[in-house]
Order: sequence, then structure tokens, then C-alpha cells
Amino acid sequence: MAFTFAAFCYMLALLLTAALIFFAIWHLVLPEYLIHFFFCVMFFCAAEWLTLCLNLPLLAYHVWRYMSRPVMSCPGLYDPTTIMNADILAFCQKEGWCKLAFYLLSFFYYLYGMIYVLVSS
Amino acid sequence: MSSPGFTNLNSSVSYSQNSTPNGGAAPPFQNGPAQTYQSMYPPTGCYGAPPQQQSYPTIPAHSTPAPHKAPITNSAHSANYYQSNHQQQQHHHQLPQHHVAPSQYSAPSSSVPPSQPHPTLHSSVPPPSNAQYNQQQHPPYATPGSYYGQQSYHSQQQQQQQQPNLVPAPAGGPGAPLYPIVSYPSAPGSSQYGTLSSSQSTSAPGVPPTQMGAPLHQYSTSRPAPTTAVQPGYSVAPTSQLGPTVNGQGSTVHQHYDQSHQASLSYDSYGRVTHSSGGADADRPPSGTPSTSVHSSPGHHQGVQYGYVANSGASSASATTSGPAAAPLSSSSEDDDDDEEEDEEAGGDTSSSSTGSASPVPNSYDSLEGGNYPDSMPPSNDMTNQAAPYGSYGYPSMEPAYQQGPASHTDSSPSHDLYSQSSYQQYSQPFPNLSQLSAALGGLSGVPELEVEALRPVNLLQERNLLPPRPLEAPEPNLSPDLKKVNCSPHTFRCTLTSIPQTQALLNKARLPLGLLLHPFRDLQLPVITSNTIVRCRSCRTYINPFVTFLDQRRWKCNLCYRVNDVPDEFMYNPVTRSYGEPHKRPEVQNSTVEFIASSDYMLRPPQPAAYLFVLDVSHNAVEAGYLKYFCELLLDNLDKLPGDTRTRVGFLTFDNTIHFYNLQEGLSQPQMLVVSDIDDVFIPSHDSLMVNLKESKELVKDLLTSLPAMFSQSRETHSALGPALQAAFKLMSPTGGRVTVFQTQLPTLGAGALQSREDPNQRSSTKGVQHLGPATDFYKKLALDCSGQQIGVDLFLLSSQYADLASLSCISKYSAGSIFYYPSFHYIHNPAQLEKFQRDLERYFTRKIGFEAVMRIRCTKGLSIHTFHGNFFVRSTDLLSLANVNPDSAFAVQMSIEDSLADSSLACFQAALLYTSSKGKRRIRVHTLCLPVVNQLSDVYAGADVQAVTCLLANMAIDRSISSSLSDARDALVNAVVDLVSAYKSNVSNLQQSGLVVPAAMRLFPVYILSLLKQKALRTGTSTRLDERVFAMCEFKTQPLQQLMRMVHPDLYRLDNMSDQGALHLNDTVVPQPHLLHLSAERLSRDGAFLMDCGYVFYLWIGKCCSEVFIRDVLGCPNYASIPPNMSHIPELETPLSERVRAFLDWLQDNRAFSSMIHIVKDDASAKATFFQHLVEDRSESASSYYEFLQHIQQQMSK
Repeated sequence: MAFTFAAFCYMLALLLTAALIFFAIWHLVLPEYLIHFFFCVMFFCAAEWLTLCLNLPLLAYHVWRYMSRPVMSCPGLYDPTTIMNADILAFCQKEGWCKLAFYLLSFFYYLYGMIYVLVSS
Repeated sequence: MSSPGFTNLNSSVSYSQNSTPNGGAAPPFQNGPAQTYQSMYPPTGCYGAPPQQQSYPTIPAHSTPAPHKAPITNSAHSANYYQSNHQQQQHHHQLPQHHVAPSQYSAPSSSVPPSQPHPTLHSSVPPPSNAQYNQQQHPPYATPGSYYGQQSYHSQQQQQQQQPNLVPAPAGGPGAPLYPIVSYPSAPGSSQYGTLSSSQSTSAPGVPPTQMGAPLHQYSTSRPAPTTAVQPGYSVAPTSQLGPTVNGQGSTVHQHYDQSHQASLSYDSYGRVTHSSGGADADRPPSGTPSTSVHSSPGHHQGVQYGYVANSGASSASATTSGPAAAPLSSSSEDDDDDEEEDEEAGGDTSSSSTGSASPVPNSYDSLEGGNYPDSMPPSNDMTNQAAPYGSYGYPSMEPAYQQGPASHTDSSPSHDLYSQSSYQQYSQPFPNLSQLSAALGGLSGVPELEVEALRPVNLLQERNLLPPRPLEAPEPNLSPDLKKVNCSPHTFRCTLTSIPQTQALLNKARLPLGLLLHPFRDLQLPVITSNTIVRCRSCRTYINPFVTFLDQRRWKCNLCYRVNDVPDEFMYNPVTRSYGEPHKRPEVQNSTVEFIASSDYMLRPPQPAAYLFVLDVSHNAVEAGYLKYFCELLLDNLDKLPGDTRTRVGFLTFDNTIHFYNLQEGLSQPQMLVVSDIDDVFIPSHDSLMVNLKESKELVKDLLTSLPAMFSQSRETHSALGPALQAAFKLMSPTGGRVTVFQTQLPTLGAGALQSREDPNQRSSTKGVQHLGPATDFYKKLALDCSGQQIGVDLFLLSSQYADLASLSCISKYSAGSIFYYPSFHYIHNPAQLEKFQRDLERYFTRKIGFEAVMRIRCTKGLSIHTFHGNFFVRSTDLLSLANVNPDSAFAVQMSIEDSLADSSLACFQAALLYTSSKGKRRIRVHTLCLPVVNQLSDVYAGADVQAVTCLLANMAIDRSISSSLSDARDALVNAVVDLVSAYKSNVSNLQQSGLVVPAAMRLFPVYILSLLKQKALRTGTSTRLDERVFAMCEFKTQPLQQLMRMVHPDLYRLDNMSDQGALHLNDTVVPQPHLLHLSAERLSRDGAFLMDCGYVFYLWIGKCCSEVFIRDVLGCPNYASIPPNMSHIPELETPLSERVRAFLDWLQDNRAFSSMIHIVKDDASAKATFFQHLVEDRSESASSYYEFLQHIQQQMSK
């Protein structure tokens, strides 16, 4: 049992996912995207391919989402003039709930992953 | 997603998915209409109308009579309509109203023996003319046949009668008739008439029951009115003992009220006749069930509760809390009668100061209409309510479709005879009565007759004449007369479905969008209320309105959230009648449109002064275009007419590649120009002398305006620093807020907000899709949001001959609630037409009313929710719009969705409250309340569909879609909306196994309108359209009020050269002819005619090659066709009768518009005729299909 880089990644991801859970609720989108991107890179470095694969779809979604953001000169995703539109509001809320579920599940997955890596190595 | 509107705009994929449930759920819905159809036809027939839809000989769709025939048959036909003239005359004497000079009345009235009850009336009716006109009324009443006419009269009286209730001041008068014009589904027996009218003159609600009773007698059908009366009991009451009561009532109103109490006591003895109104209530829960009982006691109970018990005092003064602006409450200010009257006058002043005030005009027509003319059609304004039924619900025999073409001719003639026997005049007021009557009768059977008509299946491939003879008016909600009377004017507040479906599922099934079209700040005169406490619901903050229920003397139940509230003590006193204990008589409860003078609770800061800043482009391009001179001239002329008070502030700012400020401080000998050349970091050179008090510095301002055009005449600077200039304007205005007016003539090229040209001229006529409909930068949007936060509204005048990226620039106005004007290729010499339009618009712009620091909140009955807003504003929360400026010419649209079932209520209400600071520095709240019935049958939903509102809402949605997605998507969505409607109707409602395109009659114009939309500049493809013009057209769609928009989308076409006086309006001493509407197709034109096309902002007068010389000489003042100058743009004022008639008609059309329209005379051979012909939307154009092809396309899509 040794504390490997992979185990470190899992631990980090575990902590950050806890933060993401709140970000998903509060819609702090840019920090959320950055953090998610950050531990994806970490998993890549740690060669945790399965975990990376699980996260890739969300990563791709985030990239797409950022690319298709409204014309804005400042950072951010939500346009103040359209966000009160019921459709967009509903969509953003749904998106938030889905991510919340995903992060909750991945939280336990990382916990499991960390223990597994710790035990197996 | 959730709203049907939205799904409508979905791609066809989602459609097919959605359509399956339709099919599955069809059976339950088929029952209603199927049965009622058969059962309802006999009654239809008994009114003399043959069931048209079967008998209409099908006119093959596109192989119609020669073009010139149509108008001819038309007129011949219309001649028929007026055959029974002497009877009609009587009619028209009934129509006349109060405002008419008594002298006109007295002449005819002398020939008619006055009836007994009337003399008593005189004392109680405020305007004397009323009484006279009562006398005239009488004779027609004696014969059952003429009874239609009387109804119309009743409704008019009703209005009049409302006035005393509303506001005694004259200012309030014209406001009143707006709503109640049509109200009474009634057919009073002749014997009842006298008592009836007298009761009306004193207590408005007294009438309906009797009237309703009458039809029961006459037609021996025991159908109750489909009324969901709030005050049935109350209204019932007086009728029982009118005669005696009225006499007593003559002296004071107060007395009269007391007596109406007594009357309500005697209600029980009133007996059967009143059942009709009781039945009304019974109709509530299951609207559309065939088994509504005649003896519906619940209705009675309600009536009693309301009318009688409601009249006592309540004492809680705590009902008011915070305003929409979230200010805490406290009370202040005065509440005297006199004060109120003063305020009203002030209100009247401000509203009438704007030129084209919309409602007063109709009213004056209203009042004048019947004055002295022998036979006439109702004026279109008047038709607001009255004629609506025959536009959309109309009675089959009147169906305009049948008036053109020989086939229809023969068909409608039988009904003709019937009508003329009963002295029924086709075009006159009677219609509404008919439909009212049917509404009244319809409650018992499932679908009222007007709905039957609205539901009459129309096979679009076979019926060609779909247009009504006069412009279509809003359909009337199927409400009780009492509610109809007080309901909000359709000009102000319109819903796409006048019958609200009970559930979202039902709405989805109908495939129609649910939404509201609002024109909240339009020019009108309305009751202004000053009181310490503005009574509002404690939980949802709804303002008290006519549709609340008074549970007892001290409690009222909110109609939006159903909370029971206390009536504050102050509310028990009625300042209008100066009586105590009648909360239900307060103007707030009698009018659905009212204005409150708000106390300091509704202010976040002291009301701001009117502040106007003009930002003028003075670059070389602008000097070339030459607008500056005209701007300065017009502003000089209108300086005193700018809305405002002694605090009004003005400022000027010019820019090219630098920004020039003008120091206008009082005391200077001449204006001082301060130049700021650092455009990257704009600063304000002086803080207190740039925005100056207009009154104090008037001389300097005048000085500046005189010298400004010359100052820059030599400018060679071609760059434009619009962005920095706007930033400077923002900084200058931030402390106060107000209006910034920007004149821009080119693409901004310097500093922040600089733009590049994005338009590729080669792509202008591309069919693939249009790029760059959205903004290139968010600079303007962000600035607009900042402006909105500081209560600054930015209005943009773009006078550019080149591409100026309106898509980006428009954001500055869109999100700061401004307005946008665009004059493509403006040049003061080369383009006189644009110059004239610019001048007219500017004049209106300077003088129109304005509201500052406004917010608008829209509330709706629990269960409904707001989905999306359309218009120029910033949405601050899901139901709150922040409007830095509000102007009387912009409108809003709202998409709604149904979140919870509305099954527990029979009415749905919408309330729009606009809180603003008037130009006089008063905080005011304008409240509009609309009430609509809730239905659970699909057929009822279709029957209540308002095709114009649906079209406008869809247009708004399509614009959004084309910006967020793509133009072709938006176009597909529009086509799908038609496909959807037709298939939904086919699978769910229509049980006829007809092939072809069948739509309910209420929606029969829908495909034409959609096709016209697709051919508009905003949405067309394939035709060369400049990007800026397209974007401007899109902006117009979002902000124009419905009527203006409909004229732009689907212009009105009239034939002018053979106008007859038949059906003409007589206003004062002018005769306004009323030619029929023609379909927008070249086949309706003929070479020997002259045709007027009314496109909203512009009139085209098309002169055919063989147009009669008489017309050309008498109207245009030219000897013959060849000598008509090519760019003629005015009608000379000739003294010939023909010219007078044409000008009278044109003036009449212009009269109720905000911006006066230009007229262009188009010769058949001129190159300009292309602009005329592009509006003929039913014809095939180079890139778009004809109407018939469009229908075939729809059919193909359906069969897929």
C-alpha cells in the first residue's frame, strides 16, 4: 500500500468534486469548468484511462458550451438579457440538476477509486 | 418545450411526435363539437342564416372571375345590403350617442312619438342627448323585428352610463366607452324597453337580466346566457321594479344606489326571467356541457352575495404594502374629490397632448357615427367589439367571404331577405347583438352559436373570399355581459386565445401559442385615481380590479391568487358618487384600465425630472445626408411641446471623431462648445452646465439649434466615434436618468464599439440563410444594460445609406427600452419621401408622451406562468420588465404556459401594471386587467382563437428563432405552425371527412397571414434584402402594436374610384365612405380602377392605366393619366366631391395612428409599382409561392 500519484489524483478529485457539487447548484460555471478540466488533466497524467473516459463526455460538453456562449466581452456564460427567458432558465436548471447527480455519483466513484488504488498498489 | 407556442416553432420532427397524442386523445374531444354542431344548426337557420359551409358552391381555387369583376359584384352586393333603408334609418338613430349635438337628434326625434318611461329618464341621465335618443329608440322596439338595433343601442347606453360611475370629470368620459361598447346579449321585448332604458340610465348592471330574459320569450329557447357574472344578482335586482325606482332616482345617484338595493331584495319575486343570468353562472364550471340547467340557483346566490352584501363597510387600512419597486409602504398625499378631478385633468392633458391619441378618436367616431346619417356601416373603431363577431365569429350569412363572387351572392341572398324583413341591417351594429344573443342563448347547449360560427369548418382550398369587408377586429371573449362590459380594451391587451384552455395538455393539443399582446402605454384617456391606500392583494400584490369578488362588505377575494383580503376603510368611500359603503362602485372596480397616482411608497428616489439628451452625428457623412438642419428646425418648433414641467432638462452632444459638449449654462451670452478628443477614456468636461434647465436656458438652446447646422457644414471628418459618444451620454445622464436620442448616419469606426462591415452584398438574396442577424459585439448591449440600470433609455435614429450594422447598434435601444427608427438611404435632396417621413416621425417623437424610470409587472391567475417576453426592455425577474423609458408607441408580447390545471376556476385573469414617472414628475401606476374564460373543450379553444394575435406572437417567436438559430429554421417553424393547426383541427375537432385544408372559421385567415409573414422583409429569403432593412423589420415586429403590425404584414387594400356613400360614416359634416377590403392579389386590381393600399406606415395609391379621367382629374388634379407626375406623394385638396371623399377616407384611416403615414401615388407603368406589387402577398413572386401553392404545400406536409 503506497500513496501513488493516481491515489493523489483521486483524493484531489474527491475534494474538488465536493466543491463542484456546490458550484453546480450555484451555477458558478466558469470555476466549475476549470476545476473539472484540471482534474481531467490530472487523471490523464496518472493514466487513469477508465476514469478519464467517464469524464470525457462532460468535458466535451463543457467545451461546446463555452464555445457556443452568447457574444460577450466579459467572462461568463449567461447573458443577462436572455437568462430570464423561461426556456433558458429551465434548461440551465435542468443542466444543474443533471450535473449535480453526475458529481455526486463521481464523488463516490473517486472515493472507491482512491481506496482501490491505495489497496491494490 | 413547455408552451405550445414554443413547440409550434419546433422542427417538424418534434411535431410528429406530438401529434400522436392528439390522435389518441381525440375521441373525447370530438364529442362536444360533433353533437353541438348538429344541434346548433337549426337555431342558426332560424335567424335566417343558411348553414353556409355546405351550400357554398365551391369556387375553384385559382381560376376565379376576371380580376375586375370582383369589385363590381362587390358593390352590387353591398347595394343589396342596404336595401331596407327606412328601417335602417331608425337604426342609426339608435346608434348615435351622447356626444352628438342634441340638435341633430331633436330633428328626427320629433317625428317619433316619445315613449312614456323616457321622460323620467331625463332627470337621471346626465347628458341630455341621451334622452332624446331614447325617444327615437322606442318605435323600433315596438316591432320585434327591429330588436337587433336596440341592443346596440343598449350597449351604447351602457357606456354612457358607465361614465358617471367612472369619473364625473369630462376627461374620464371618452375613456369609458372603450370597453363596454358591446355587452348585452339581449333581446328586450318591446314592453320592457321603457323600463330597461331607464334602469340603465341609472344603474348600469340593471339591464342585462331583463334583456336576457327577453330572448327567452322571443325564441322560446330556454338557454341561459353564458355569463359568468360577477354581479349577476346585483344586476338582476333593479330590473324587477325599474319603473317606479327610476323615477325616484332622478335626483341623486346616491339615492339610486339605495334603491337598487331594494331592488335586489325584491329579486326573488323577479322570477323566471332572471334565470338567464343565473344560468350564466351555472355555465361556469362545465362550459360547454349541453345539460346546463335553466334553474341554476347557484348563480342567484352569487349574485345576491355580490350585489347586495357587498355594500357595507370594511375597515382595515392595512392592505397596502410595498410597491412593485419593492418600496415599503406608508401613506401620503391627498384624496379629495377635487384633487382627483384635477389629477384627471392633468392626466387628460398629458394623454391628449400627444398627437395621434388612439382611443379618443375612436370614441369620437363612436359618438358621431350615428349623428345624422341615413345609412351607414359602423366605423371600424366602433367595430372593436361590435363587429368583431362578424369578422371572426360572424354570423354565417354575413360571412364576408361570400360577398364576393357570384356564387356567394346567390347564397347569401336568402338570408338577406330574412334580415331585411326584420329591418336588420347587415353592416350595422346588430351583429354583435346577434352573437351576443347567441352567446346568451348558447350557455345551455354545449357550444354557443358564435362559437359554432367561429368553428365552422372552412375549406381553404375551396373558399377564396375569406376577408371580412372591414378590417378584422379582435374576437370577443365568451364572457358574461357584465364582464365583457368592463373588460380591457383589445387595443391595449389581447390574448391569442380568448378562451384559455384548462390544461397545458389541451393547449398542446390545440397547437396554438398562448400569449398576450400588450400595448400598455398607448394614448388613451382613463380614470385617474388618487387615494392614500392603493388596494392590493396582500399575497400576490394584485391591484384590485373589476374581476375580484366581494365576499361581503369587508372582504374581497383576489381573482389571481384567490386570497381573501380586507377592504380598507378608505375604500368604502366612493369619491365619484361621494357615498359610503359601496366598495364595488369605486372606479378601480368599475374599470379594467385605471391609473393610480402613487405615493412615495412607490419611489426609490424622488421622481426624476424629464431629461432629454440629443446625441448628433456631425461627421461628413451626416452633413452630406443633411438631416441636422431638419432636426434643429423641428426641435425649435417643438421645444415648448416637449413633455415636461419646469424642471425639464436638455443637453446636446455632437460627435465625429471627437466628442463635442455644449455648455448652455444660464447667463452665458452664447453656447460654448467643449471638445473632448480623448475618445479612449471619455470624461465629462463640466458637470452642471451640460444638462441644463430648458426653461432657464431656452434662449441659449435656441441659439445653439439655429447655429448648429452651419457649424459643421464644412466638416471633412469621416470617422464616427459613436461608442465613446454613447459612453459620454451615459455619464452625463447617470445622475438623473432620462432619454438619450442618438442620430447616427454610418458605421461607427472609432473607439469602443467600433464595428466592421459584415454584410456581403452578394448574399442579400441568398436562399440559404442569412448571417449576422445577431450583434457583432456586446459593447452596445452592456452599455444598454448600464443605461437601463441608471434609468436611461436610448432611442436610435439611423439614417444611413450604407450598411451600418443595425444588428449590433440596435442593442443599445433594445435593452434600454428605447425605440429604433431607420431611414435607409436618407438624403435631404435625393430622397424627399424619406425626408418627409423623418420629419413626421420626429414631430411625433418630440411631442409624444413619455414615462421615465418605469417597471412593468405582469401577473396572471394561479396556474398560468410567463414564459418569454418580446419587445424592448430588460427582464429583471421572471415577471418584471425594467423600462428606462416607456413610450406610447411600443408594444410588448408575452408567451405564457399553463403550469397547473385551471380547472378550479372558470376565469383566467391577467394584470399588467406599469409604474412610471410622468413627464410632470408624478409617479403613476397604470393597471390593465384582462379577464378571459377558461374552457375544457378543444373546440372552444379554437372558437376563441384570435388569428391576428396568434400571427403576431408567432412572428415574434420566429424573430427570436431566426436570431438564435437560423432564418430557415424560423420559416420552417412558421409553416409548421399552419400544418400543425390544420392537422390538429382535423384529427381532434372536425368530424367531417372532408378532404382538403379545413380550418375553423376563426382561424381562416391564418395561412394567409403566415404566408404574408414569410414574405416580409424580416423573414423572406430569395429576394434581395439589405441586412439592415431586414434587422430593422425584425425590430419592428418586436415593438409594433398589433394593429400596426398587422397592417404591415397584411396591408388593407381598397378600391377608391367607385366608392359609394353606401355604408359611409357621417362624422360631423364629412362623409367617410367605407369601401370593402380586397384580397391582396393582382387579380383584384383592374386597370380602370384606383386602389389604395394601407401598409401601416405608408399608403400606396395605385392608378390603373385606364383609370377614369374623372377620378384622375377630380382627385389628383391632373388632366389625364399620362400627366400624373411620377413621384407624386400627396393628394391635392380639390373642391370636388370625389376628392373630398377620398381625403375624408384617408384622414379617417390616419386618424387613429400615432405616426402619420405617407401616401405614394403609384402609376401602373412606373418603376415604383414593384414596391406596390410586392405587398400583394397572395401572388407568386420571383422567390416565393402564391397563396394557393402555399396551401398545396401545407397539404403535402400534412399527408407526410
